[in-house]
Amino acid sequence: MKISREDVLKVAGLAHLGLSPAEVELYREQLDAILTYVDKLKELDTSGVEPMAQVLHAAAGSRGEEKHPELREDVLASCDVAQPVLRGAPEAKAPFFRVPRVIATGEVESE
Amino acid sequence: MKTPASWTVASVRSALADKKISARELAAEFLGRIERRNRELNAYLTVSPERAYAQADQIDASISRGETLPPLAGVPIAIKDVISTRGLRTTCASKMLGNYIPPYDATAVERLDRAGAVFLGKTNCDEFAMGGSNENSAYGPVHNPVALDRVPGGSSGGSAAAVAAGLAVAALGTDTGGSIRQPASFCGVAGLMPTYGRVSRYGLVAFASSLDKIGPFATNIADAAAVLSVIAGHDANDSTSADVPVANYSAEAERPVQGLRIGVPEDYFGAGLDSEVKEKVQAGIALLERLGCRRIPLQMPHTDYAIAAYYILATAEASSNLARYDGVRYGLRVPGGTLTEMYRNTREGGFGPEVKRRIMLGTYVLSSGYYDAYYLRAQRVRSLIARDFTDAFQKVDAIVTPTAPTPAFSLGEKSADPLQMYLADIYTVTGSLAGVPGISVPCGKTRAGLPVGMQIFAPHFSESSLFRIARAFESAGGFAI
Repeated sequence: MKISREDVLKVAGLAHLGLSPAEVELYREQLDAILTYVDKLKELDTSGVEPMAQVLHAAAGSRGEEKHPELREDVLASCDVAQPVLRGAPEAKAPFFRVPRVIATGEVESE
Repeated sequence: MKTPASWTVASVRSALADKKISARELAAEFLGRIERRNRELNAYLTVSPERAYAQADQIDASISRGETLPPLAGVPIAIKDVISTRGLRTTCASKMLGNYIPPYDATAVERLDRAGAVFLGKTNCDEFAMGGSNENSAYGPVHNPVALDRVPGGSSGGSAAAVAAGLAVAALGTDTGGSIRQPASFCGVAGLMPTYGRVSRYGLVAFASSLDKIGPFATNIADAAAVLSVIAGHDANDSTSADVPVANYSAEAERPVQGLRIGVPEDYFGAGLDSEVKEKVQAGIALLERLGCRRIPLQMPHTDYAIAAYYILATAEASSNLARYDGVRYGLRVPGGTLTEMYRNTREGGFGPEVKRRIMLGTYVLSSGYYDAYYLRAQRVRSLIARDFTDAFQKVDAIVTPTAPTPAFSLGEKSADPLQMYLADIYTVTGSLAGVPGISVPCGKTRAGLPVGMQIFAPHFSESSLFRIARAFESAGGFAI
């Protein structure tokens, strides 16, 4: 067994996912099957192989071009999107998003 | 007025130029088809008559002023619902974004708009583009127009079904591990995954950022080439978009294929491949040989490891990208007593089972103690798979394979076993990891009448070669082989 109930609960906690008890067991079984399958990567000797994080660098490298084509000059540009963005929020009070209280009452001046 | 069942970019253009139909009438024709067929297909999640008619009216005004028409003038197009459209609901087929209205257009959408396209609406897909059958949509599965009890493939199932059913001339989809090519194969249309970086991802809701690509679906190669010519190109808003010149793909598609070297990897024709699919794709390759292509057998030794590497990398990236859905800035919020409870409740209520499964797998492989064993190892294997392609392209101009191991399967057939569903991506994920372009073209039908797809890969930024081979194949009757 690759993964226990406790592992599932720990991972769900890290990912901020609420799970029912039935889901915990279902995901445990399914993740176990998937993790067992992906173990086949251990058959390969990958020592000395560079990890590939991004295609463009690999593609640019193979064509002998500059390695960081994504870099550009750092120039200010207008970005006047606050209003439409706030309109999409579940709860907002311009210019802020509102969330449940994260600091106990009394620690900051109330509204 | 009589309207042909299947419009193309070229036939729309000549009908508008000859004033046989107005752009508004054409939009109305397609919106009417959607009205009649969408109930059984569930291909569209949102239909956008307002935007369609506004765009069509601009084209009609332009025609009446005698102006030169832009390349996709009046062409009715559908857009996968993971691509942002200004003022038009973009749900990602998730409850999490059920009422999300983007404040801007994705770059690909903006380019289609400028090219005169008419947007019919947003198409159904697997939730956040995670799936291979479209059964993971929070708004119900899409039905394959060829056989209603079958899946259309996924994740871009709605786009593929819309084009196959004549509910759009072309559509945008997205492909991370096969999500354009496999549904194209299942529905009997053409679908292109461009090179990573060929089309800007700005405005595409991220699933796995190092693998996501936007590309077209169409019923014919000329239309797919016309759409790619419009949406391709560098974009300052996507730092991973490539500053590589965009070819005139429509012209490139017409070049002859005589003498091209076609690699056929033996690893793609082994166990697990449906015998009828194998027969059709081999007949397709034989046709390419008769057209003057040279067949060269290939070994791609790391193919068997692609699924494992892909599902580690894609889920790791997804777990990070989907952390943004926390009920604060957009989409669903399920209240909770504390901030953390609000996060948990929102994510529990907003995500469906496949998305949760992938977030957990991705979180696990990135978590302390497992990072090297899973994530880093998978990145190294990704290099080996990319190297298989680089080595192959020393010897051949293109690689030809089946797109999927089977034709469209029945609704519900695989949905209980996620690993079995993942294994069906075997022929598409290799190219996804390497970042090379791939196209699926129709390659006949099984005896039961289900479409088969043939996949072609080419080196980075060689979409021209794909279109050339696909067009020659189409002209020679390969689609109905």
